[in-house]
Amino acid sequence: MITAERKPFEEILALLAGHTKVLVAGCDTCVAVCLTGGEKEAEILAAELRIQAKKDGRDVHVEHTAAIRQCEWEYLDAIAEKVNEFPVVLSMACGIGIQSMAEKFADKLVLPAVNTNMLGMPQEHAVWLERCGACGDCVLGRTGGVCPIVRCSKSLLNGPCGGSHNGTCEVRGPGDEEIECAWQLIHDKLYAQGREDLILEIVPPKDWSKSPCGGPRKMVKREARPV
Amino acid sequence: MTARLKAGSKLERLLAAGAFTVTAECGPPKSADGMVIADKAKLLVGSVDAVNITDNQTAVARICSLAASYLAQQNGCEAIMQMTCRDRNRLAMQADILGAAALGIKNILCLTGDHQSFGNHPQTRGVFDLDAVQLVRMFKDMRDEKKFQCGEEMPTEPRLFIGCAENPFGDPFEFRALRLKKKVEAGADFVQTQCIFNIPKFKQWMEHVRVLGLHQEVKILAGITPIKGAGMANYMKQSVPGMDVPQEIVDRIAAKDKGAPQQEEGKALAVEMIKELAEVEGIAGIHVMAVEWEPVVPEIVERAGLLPRPAVTE
Repeated sequence: MITAERKPFEEILALLAGHTKVLVAGCDTCVAVCLTGGEKEAEILAAELRIQAKKDGRDVHVEHTAAIRQCEWEYLDAIAEKVNEFPVVLSMACGIGIQSMAEKFADKLVLPAVNTNMLGMPQEHAVWLERCGACGDCVLGRTGGVCPIVRCSKSLLNGPCGGSHNGTCEVRGPGDEEIECAWQLIHDKLYAQGREDLILEIVPPKDWSKSPCGGPRKMVKREARPV
Repeated sequence: MTARLKAGSKLERLLAAGAFTVTAECGPPKSADGMVIADKAKLLVGSVDAVNITDNQTAVARICSLAASYLAQQNGCEAIMQMTCRDRNRLAMQADILGAAALGIKNILCLTGDHQSFGNHPQTRGVFDLDAVQLVRMFKDMRDEKKFQCGEEMPTEPRLFIGCAENPFGDPFEFRALRLKKKVEAGADFVQTQCIFNIPKFKQWMEHVRVLGLHQEVKILAGITPIKGAGMANYMKQSVPGMDVPQEIVDRIAAKDKGAPQQEEGKALAVEMIKELAEVEGIAGIHVMAVEWEPVVPEIVERAGLLPRPAVTE
């Protein structure tokens, strides 16, 4: 799933400076599952903005709404009437949802309330780990189901660097926590599967043109297109 | 013999002749002062066969390794230009190596590079377009096939003596010699190891290397770092990624008084280690990494009985 974190409140206030009529728009798919931008979080943020305005002695009108999925235009029709009452929309969706809102409601000022951070999975309650870099050329078939592109700090393809120690990476996580060495995991899995030849072969340079490095990507499924 | 040389560098000639070779590390400054390189080169000339010029060492921006390598050679020291995968993509790496070869630089050391989070620009974007194994192969193909990584041909190839690094103390331990094997298969001509403090473990790694026959395919230079004091020993033990500093080494330095006595103990330890490592089957030389303590290198090399350095025959 796509995960996102709410921007610091001060940053949101700065984005909204000078605006008096704001709709906070949640999205009830990925960002709701990661407890960041669903309807409930949109309601809370709207309340926080009203309280702050009251404290500051500013006269503002803030309401909230939520779409089932902000990233698909079909679902935006359901909130269009509400959106049309406001000149400014503060979207709590991922970057895809924010952009589809901006495109669908071209006359509105659509602003981001969250930072979209990764394609991750929940490790335990309220903890998510990055699992995919959407590189466009999946190598999981030869790495024991562990992605070296996002789980190795250096995106190495030919085994661990010299900084792998007791199963941990030399790099620390954002909270100074230990990170697992992806190549230790890959090594152990491939040996356990009797597929260690895969780690002993020289893997040639990756084709990064299929990743965001190649420019904006587009996917067309011809067989599903209308004739 | 000349016909079989890949680059014809002094380092390559000495190793080919079976001489026990001495290299040392030289870090460029965090300023535009090229005299720092000139002074370090003048200090090391005659005591070592070639100097490694680091490439934004520890992810800190400094004079680039290409310019510093050129300056070292202008001042009498043959350079081993280091190149990491952290700061350049394949276009820049190939461009730099063509430029280096055009300027007379013949030895290159291919590294993955410390992660940018350890340096003074932790917010930068690490490149890692290639890894060190792929970098070795790319340079080998440029030299031997006259081909760029994309497959296009070039009229004049860079004549390179290609090196790599290996850390015998990283994990998974059983894989470390196999990783060197990959680099040798990719085209490495020589390898310089991470600083060695845990000699029993290093010998165990060398056993793996010999079982794979790698000591006959690649020239292995053992890494030595003289310890300046107990503070440095502790720091390396606890904070430097990939380092294995046994407690008895820390204790041995700490047992002496701070300052000159600890420095003397550090030098004595380095000399002892060089002598012990020189006896290990498959070791072709040593690589002294005296981090910001280059002035001590000539003395250590002399006390290890490695002076004068042999002359190179054309």
